[in-house]
Amino acid sequence: MSSNAKHLHSINAGHYKNTAGRETEIMPIPDIVKISLSQNIGAPCQPLVKKGDTVKVGQLIGDTDAFVSVPVHSSVSGTVTGIETQRSANGGNDTIVVIEADKKQELFEEIKAPEITDQPSFVKAVRESGLVGLGGASFPTHIKFNPKNIDDVHYLIVNGAECEPFITSDHRTMLEDTQNVIDGAQMIMKYLGTEQGYIAIEENKPDAIAKFDQMLAEQGITNIKTFKLQARYPKGAERVLIYEITGKQCDAGVLPADLGVIVSNVTSVAFFGQYIKDGIPLIKKRMTIDGDAVAEPKNVIAPIGSQIHDVIAFCGGYKQQPNKILMGGPMMGRAIFSDQMPIVKNNNAILAFSKEKSYIPEETGCINCGRCHQACPFNLLPTGLADAYEQRDAQRLSDLKVMQCMECGSCSFVCPARRPLSFMNKLGKAVVKEAGIK
Amino acid sequence: MDNNVYYDNLTVSSSPHLVTGLDTRKTMMMVLIALIPSFIVAIYVFGPRVIALTLVCVAASVIFEWGYNKLMKKTQTVGDLSACVTGTILAFNLPANFPFWMAIIGCFVSIVIVKMLFGGIGRNIANPAIVGRIVLLLSFATQMTTWPVTRLATTDATTGATPLGLLKEGHMADLPSNMEMFLGFIGGSMGEVSAIALLIGGVFLIWKKIISPIIPCAFIGTVFVFALIYYGIVGGEYSAIHMAIFHVCAGGVMLGAFFCATDYVTSPIMPKAKLVFGIGCGLVTMIIRLWCNYPEGVSFAILFMNVMTPLIDNFAIKKFYGGAKKNEK
Repeated sequence: MSSNAKHLHSINAGHYKNTAGRETEIMPIPDIVKISLSQNIGAPCQPLVKKGDTVKVGQLIGDTDAFVSVPVHSSVSGTVTGIETQRSANGGNDTIVVIEADKKQELFEEIKAPEITDQPSFVKAVRESGLVGLGGASFPTHIKFNPKNIDDVHYLIVNGAECEPFITSDHRTMLEDTQNVIDGAQMIMKYLGTEQGYIAIEENKPDAIAKFDQMLAEQGITNIKTFKLQARYPKGAERVLIYEITGKQCDAGVLPADLGVIVSNVTSVAFFGQYIKDGIPLIKKRMTIDGDAVAEPKNVIAPIGSQIHDVIAFCGGYKQQPNKILMGGPMMGRAIFSDQMPIVKNNNAILAFSKEKSYIPEETGCINCGRCHQACPFNLLPTGLADAYEQRDAQRLSDLKVMQCMECGSCSFVCPARRPLSFMNKLGKAVVKEAGIK
Repeated sequence: MDNNVYYDNLTVSSSPHLVTGLDTRKTMMMVLIALIPSFIVAIYVFGPRVIALTLVCVAASVIFEWGYNKLMKKTQTVGDLSACVTGTILAFNLPANFPFWMAIIGCFVSIVIVKMLFGGIGRNIANPAIVGRIVLLLSFATQMTTWPVTRLATTDATTGATPLGLLKEGHMADLPSNMEMFLGFIGGSMGEVSAIALLIGGVFLIWKKIISPIIPCAFIGTVFVFALIYYGIVGGEYSAIHMAIFHVCAGGVMLGAFFCATDYVTSPIMPKAKLVFGIGCGLVTMIIRLWCNYPEGVSFAILFMNVMTPLIDNFAIKKFYGGAKKNEK
């Protein structure tokens, strides 16, 4: 495997990595945390605590027997004041455990470093850690680390690309938790039986690449290498990353493991590297807080369940009235309607923008310029898809391979007519699914 | 600011939440900038009437679009500057001494009939400026082919001839040198004369990634190779390579290749379809020039290929779409 001369189409979406040079700050425990029990793709957890219970840091508060699920732990010590239902960022109704923190942060007694001796105990430890894909998808990691064809998996790719503008939390993780990333990657490689590991980093983070190169050399680790990616969007998307490193085309619906690859986000790996040492589950998260409405943009480690306004208050509060707040980056992040929402495991950024920076551009007529086609990593024709969607033509949508779209937003970004192409692809997929076209 | 206030009515919209700075208006602005070099050469060669005719065409185009939108109670679209581009390119396709009122008729055809009646920007099936020119050519053949002498000419004549006209009539001895053709000190439509000025504009557009180089390269390349083969077989006073360069610099090939054939709306999106489109333009141009009554064929070639565009694009989509190269096993 070597670097590919050919690259998939990509765009220059700008970097805005304003917070990259600043050391992460740890946020003090807020008065109240609201911990969602739906923090992963798959089944939500059932609460294991009730109103009035006292909980400690790291204590299991939600779990379920469903296959695609991950347990949830308390991020603070304190008293449960209620189990509530709250509208989540993606529109569903989530069960929320509200805990009033006593700020003593007493650690739960049963917490100890996991005993990992073989593959099943490794998978069990990953599940018990509460780990989900921290790159944004929140897919349960223990399922990803337990592929059916484990003997065919030869490569682990640690994704530290961080191609989204503004976000620097993975960058800070790589600089501040370098050893944990290496330890976590080695452990994962050992139990997945992969021969070669890559830490993929965009070339706009030379300090992170240099630090890994130096530490890997010092420790004599030869089966993990850094891989320099172009600093363009969306090089960190899983399917793009696999092509860039292995040269294999990963169509939608194909599991990376089928191509012999497991991809894991660098923050997930760093967390796991820490977890095998102290056994503290996933209860806090490093996030980039930025945007022109935030007084002091910086990276913050906050307890999971902290409300967004508390986190922003720690960053000096709002400098001007926020109009749009994003969970995640500006390209794929989700706009939320309230700053009272709690932080969840897969948040890697909270970006607050003023009215002036968050305008929704007016759509004009398509001029057929083809920039969307040139921007699409998978060579799709977003303008054709949009026309097919407007006619609700499921067959045409399917012929134009709408299902291959990963909604990276590159087409919408480059469109000079400001058409919401990526959004129409998302709706187009629903049309195809409804029509039942395979 | 008071930080005890919660915000729970924030704006929600679909991602992405960033867009590039380049919009339709800026794209059109780039095209206008790219037309400046040949505008300057035209003024130098034909005098100040170039400025007047261009201004009349731009103003008429903008007013027609504005008026149409007003009348039909549609969203105003003149701000996107595409009418300015159409007006300018139409003006560049006219002789410098062309009557203003006829030019205004051309603008009416371009903007109202070809563009707005088909649904406005992005919906027209043929290039507005090209159709405007063809309508004027068919309606006012005399005025459209009565070329003023250049200010640099030393004769006393009041009308000049285009190199392609001379070629058609067999006045081989009167043909200007290739260097004169390249620089543009020749008779012809006012914006078409200078190959070098159009080339500068075209390279600027390619450099700014406004247009893809595929169509102009395929168009010009086809004209060149076609002429090379034709004159190689037929022979003549000049060498085949001389005549090939002559055909590339003569008439509307440069203007057509860089500014008309590359019109987004009426050219294909898929890169391979662009190649077919460019080659088609070159072929039709040369067939008209060598075997038909008209000395010049660029406008007809582009119009013909405009109409073919959906066919070529659909073919390319069927054949090459989706990029999913199968993995080698």
